[in-house]
Amino acid sequence: MKNGEGSEGAMFGKDGSEKQCAAIEGKLIVYLDGRAAPAERHAVEEHLSGCASCRTRAEEFRALSSVLDDVPAISPSPEFDATLRARIAAEPAPRNFWNWLPSPRLAFAVTALVVLSVWLSSGPRVITSPSVVNHAIQSIETSKVTAESDFGMIRDLPVLENYDVVSKFDALSELSGPTSASAQVGAKETR
Amino acid sequence: MARTDVQLMLDVKAGDELSFELLLRKYRTPLVNFLYRMVRDRAVAEDLAQEVFLRVYRARQEYAPSAKFTTWMFRIATNLALNSVRDNRRRQLEISMDQTVDTGEEEQRAMEVPDRAPSVEQELVARSRAELIMKAIHSLPEKQRAAVLLHKYQELDYDEIARVLECSESALKSLLFRAYETLRVELAPLVSPTVRTNRVPDHRSGQPA
Repeated sequence: MKNGEGSEGAMFGKDGSEKQCAAIEGKLIVYLDGRAAPAERHAVEEHLSGCASCRTRAEEFRALSSVLDDVPAISPSPEFDATLRARIAAEPAPRNFWNWLPSPRLAFAVTALVVLSVWLSSGPRVITSPSVVNHAIQSIETSKVTAESDFGMIRDLPVLENYDVVSKFDALSELSGPTSASAQVGAKETR
Repeated sequence: MARTDVQLMLDVKAGDELSFELLLRKYRTPLVNFLYRMVRDRAVAEDLAQEVFLRVYRARQEYAPSAKFTTWMFRIATNLALNSVRDNRRRQLEISMDQTVDTGEEEQRAMEVPDRAPSVEQELVARSRAELIMKAIHSLPEKQRAAVLLHKYQELDYDEIARVLECSESALKSLLFRAYETLRVELAPLVSPTVRTNRVPDHRSGQPA
């Protein structure tokens, strides 16, 4: 780093203490910009009035600002805009998820199809034939009636008072699953 | 009534290409100059400026006016410039090292630091005043350089520059002070009253920074 003649003595104030000079360093640029708050401006001015070195530095900062104005500005080349427009034209159009689908109607149809497929594959099998459904309903009703009549018959049997007899009664084991279970529950209730 | 930059950008977001054209016309020159002073290469500066506008254009759909438009734009520009400067420095280092390995003794001199830098007088003769100033600016560390350029030439507010450089305002003020202090010393022949009186014709009056 090259040191100029006028700058060497201004690194820290000889008239003010280094601590005071360091304290205004952070405020000096803001002060010179004219953006310091009144209290801050007052503090800087008070220090500058008593510190020749910081005063010199402030003057040189002002001069530096003028010197920096001498940097010439350049203009963009004539082809700048055309090149940029070409680059923008070459950009792919922004596409989000829905843009990938040709139309909203098709998007809805595809979504509905996907949802339906998932629902059908994950849920229990549905029997859609009317004849099969009717047959199934009849079977359920028949089995209900049979079970109820069987249970009533067993409940009325006098021998049910003796559980051992009931548990060894082979005829009960010949009944179908649900009916047998119902019979056993009923037997327990009669004990 | 003229639309603000934020309004223009929101219009670009809504699909108005003309608003982007207005932003381009308004900021292409400041942007190219900022980048030129950062990288000191006109072609690179123009390429980077185009990249900034491209990124602004690409981001139009997601644009949310959380900060001033200039803060956002110069943040993109600064990041691109810093990356470019670092890449260039790495390339230069690689070239310099290759030359040393390839040619040995003769190229060893390319790595050597000159015993004595050319005097200020010689530089003033050899280069124009503007080149001297540009060289001093370019000798600053990248972040200090960006801070000075945004402060001095783009006249951004402290909070804006702090956001561009991702630092606090107090850190920025300290950064600016160090940068200007370095420039004051580097450009002492131009800024020091004693030296200016003796060596350089002083045709400028001191203006507040």
